Amino acid sequence: MPEREITFREAVREALREALRADERVFLLGQDIGIYGGAFAVTLGLIEEFGRARVIDTPISEAAMIGAGAGAALVGSRPVVEIQFSDFIGIGMDQLVNQAAKIRFMFGGKATVPMVLRAPIGCGTGAAAQHSQSQEAWYAHVPGLKVVMPATAYDAKGLLHASLLDDNPVLFFEHKLLYPMKSAVPDKPYTVPLGKAKIRRSGRDVTLLAYALQTVKCLQAADLLADQGIDAEVLDLRTLRPLDTEAIAESIKRTHKAVVVYEAPRTGGFGAEIAAFIGEELFDELDAPVMRLGGLDMPVPYNPNLEQALVPQPDTIAGAVKKLLNRR
Amino acid sequence: MLSVENKLDMLRKMLLIRHFEEQAEELYMEGKVFGTFHLYVGEEAVAVGACAALQPDDYITSTHRGHGHCIAKGADVKKMMAEIMAKDTGYCHGVGGSMHIADVEQGNLGANGVVGGGIPIAMGAALGCKLQKNGKVVLGFFGDGASNTGNFHEAINMAAILKVPVVFICENNHYAMSNPVKNALAIADISERSGAYGIPGVTVDGNDVLAVYEVVAESVERARQGKGPTLIEAKTYRFKGHSKSDKNVYRTKEEIESWKARCPIKRFKGYLAENDGVPVKKLEDIESQVEQDIAEAIVFGLESPEPTLEEARKMVYA
Repeated sequence: MPEREITFREAVREALREALRADERVFLLGQDIGIYGGAFAVTLGLIEEFGRARVIDTPISEAAMIGAGAGAALVGSRPVVEIQFSDFIGIGMDQLVNQAAKIRFMFGGKATVPMVLRAPIGCGTGAAAQHSQSQEAWYAHVPGLKVVMPATAYDAKGLLHASLLDDNPVLFFEHKLLYPMKSAVPDKPYTVPLGKAKIRRSGRDVTLLAYALQTVKCLQAADLLADQGIDAEVLDLRTLRPLDTEAIAESIKRTHKAVVVYEAPRTGGFGAEIAAFIGEELFDELDAPVMRLGGLDMPVPYNPNLEQALVPQPDTIAGAVKKLLNRR
Repeated sequence: MLSVENKLDMLRKMLLIRHFEEQAEELYMEGKVFGTFHLYVGEEAVAVGACAALQPDDYITSTHRGHGHCIAKGADVKKMMAEIMAKDTGYCHGVGGSMHIADVEQGNLGANGVVGGGIPIAMGAALGCKLQKNGKVVLGFFGDGASNTGNFHEAINMAAILKVPVVFICENNHYAMSNPVKNALAIADISERSGAYGIPGVTVDGNDVLAVYEVVAESVERARQGKGPTLIEAKTYRFKGHSKSDKNVYRTKEEIESWKARCPIKRFKGYLAENDGVPVKKLEDIESQVEQDIAEAIVFGLESPEPTLEEARKMVYA
C-alpha cells in the first residue's frame, strides 16, 4: 500500500496531536492558537480535542510566553510555545537566551528545561522586513539551545517528536513556504534524531549543503545542473545545533567541493560556520575554496521580484556551482 | 497560626542570613569569594516571613540579591558558601555563583542575574503546577527596579488571566542600584499596579517579619484555592550598597542609620522577648549556633575542590 502524503503543516499538527495524546505533561501556548488555529493554521482543531487548558491562547506577550515555557518546563511540564513569526522571538530574547538556554548550566546541571519553541521563519510571502527574516544563526550561536530546521513533511513530524522528547530548549523553525508541501508521512508517531543530516540526492561533483526551504531549492538546482552534465549532491543538514559534522565530512570526501546555501543574510550567517568547519577540518580534501551562497545583506523587501532576488534560487545556485567548478 | 517554635525558627533563619552575608563580605575582602554579589542585610524579614508561609514543596524564584531567599527556603549554607567560593561542592558546582544559586528539588527555581528575569518564570512554573494539579504555589521575588520592566507587566497580566497559583512579592528596598524609587515610579506604592491587572495588591512593612508572613500566608491560601495571583509590596531597605563596587554616594549616612534603627532582627527579638516571653539566653543560644553553622560552612567551602572544565562542559545540555 502506498504511504499517504500529507502537507508539512499537517505533519507538524499531527506530531503535536500525537504528543498531546501520549503525554499529559505536554501543552501548547501561543497567540491565536485556539479556535483561530494559529497564524499559519498549524494548530487548527487541537483546541477542540484538548481544550483550553492544554491549548492556551495568550495575550501578545512574547517575553511572558517564552518565560512561561521555561518556568513550566522547570517544574516538570513539557510546553510547546508558538511564536507567531520568528521575527518576534527577539521581544522575548532575554527569556530565551539568558534564562531558558542557561538555566541548566547555571544550576550546575541540576535542572532541565524541556521546552520547544516553534516559529515560522523565512521570506517569500510578501510580508516584508519584519515578518520574513531568517535568524537561525542568532540562536545557533547560543550554547544550551538546539536549532531544528526541517525541509520535508516527513522530517517535520519526526524531528518535532524528537524535539518534544528532548530535555533541552529546542527552537523548531518552520519555513513558511514549506507548509503546503507534501511528502509521504507514516500515520503513527516516529522520531527523526536531532543532529543527523540526510543526503537528499547523491552526486559526485559538488556538495550543496542546505537546510529548510533551501534544501528544496538545491534539489531544483541539482536538476538544472544535471541537464548540463554536473552531478551535485544535496545534503540536508536538518539540525544546526547539534550539527552533523560527520555527514558533512563524508560528503566532502566524495565530492571535494562545497557550496553552502542559506536564506539568511550572508554576513555572519550560519553558512559561515559550516564553511569554516570544512576549511579547518577538510582542507586537504578540497579542490576549491568553500563557497557561501547566502541572502543579500538587506532587510527583506516587499516588492515580490526583489524578494525573490534577495535569496538563493535554483538558477542562482546552479550559477554559483558552475562558477566554482570553472575556477582555475 | 505560628507557634513559638515556628517563630524561633524564623529568627534563626534571619540570623543565618545576616551572619552569612556579613561573613561573605569578609571573605570577599580576603579574596576568597569572587566576582560580585549583592548583600541582603537589612531585608531578612521579607524572605523569611514570606517563605514561612509556604509548604516545603512549594516553589520560589529569586533575584540577584538572592542569598536571603535561598536560606529562607531552607538551603544548606555549606553548599551556598561553597558556591560563592566557586567550589564543586556548591549548589551549582561553582559554575553558577552568587546570582544563580538554585535547588530545584527543594523548590528553589533559582536566583537570577537579570533584573525582572525571574518573574515570567515564576508565572510559568505556577502554570505548570496548575496543569499538573499538584496543589503547589510559587512565590516570585523581585525588586522595585524589576517592577518597571516589561517582564513584570507581561507576566502579571498573564498570571491574572490564566489564574495561576503565584504570589508576586516586590521587595521595595527603595533603590534600583543608585536610582531612588521616587525617580523611577510616579506612584507611591508599587502594589497600586495590581489594579491594572485586576488582582489584589497590598503593601506591607517589610521589616516586620510577622506582618510579611500574614499577608503572604493569605495570598498563598488564595492562590492554592485557585483564585489567582496577588501582588505584595514589602517596603524595606538594604543596609549595604547595591553590590561590592558600591561607594554609597547616593544616600546619606542619616538615612542609612534611620533604617538600621528599624533593624528587622532587633525588632523581632524584642517581640519574642516581650510577647512570647522567650528568655534572652535562648535568643543568644540561637545566635551562637548560627555563628557556628556559618563558621563550619566557611571551612567546608575553603576545603572543597574546584570544578573541572570537563565536568562543566557536560552541564550545557541534558
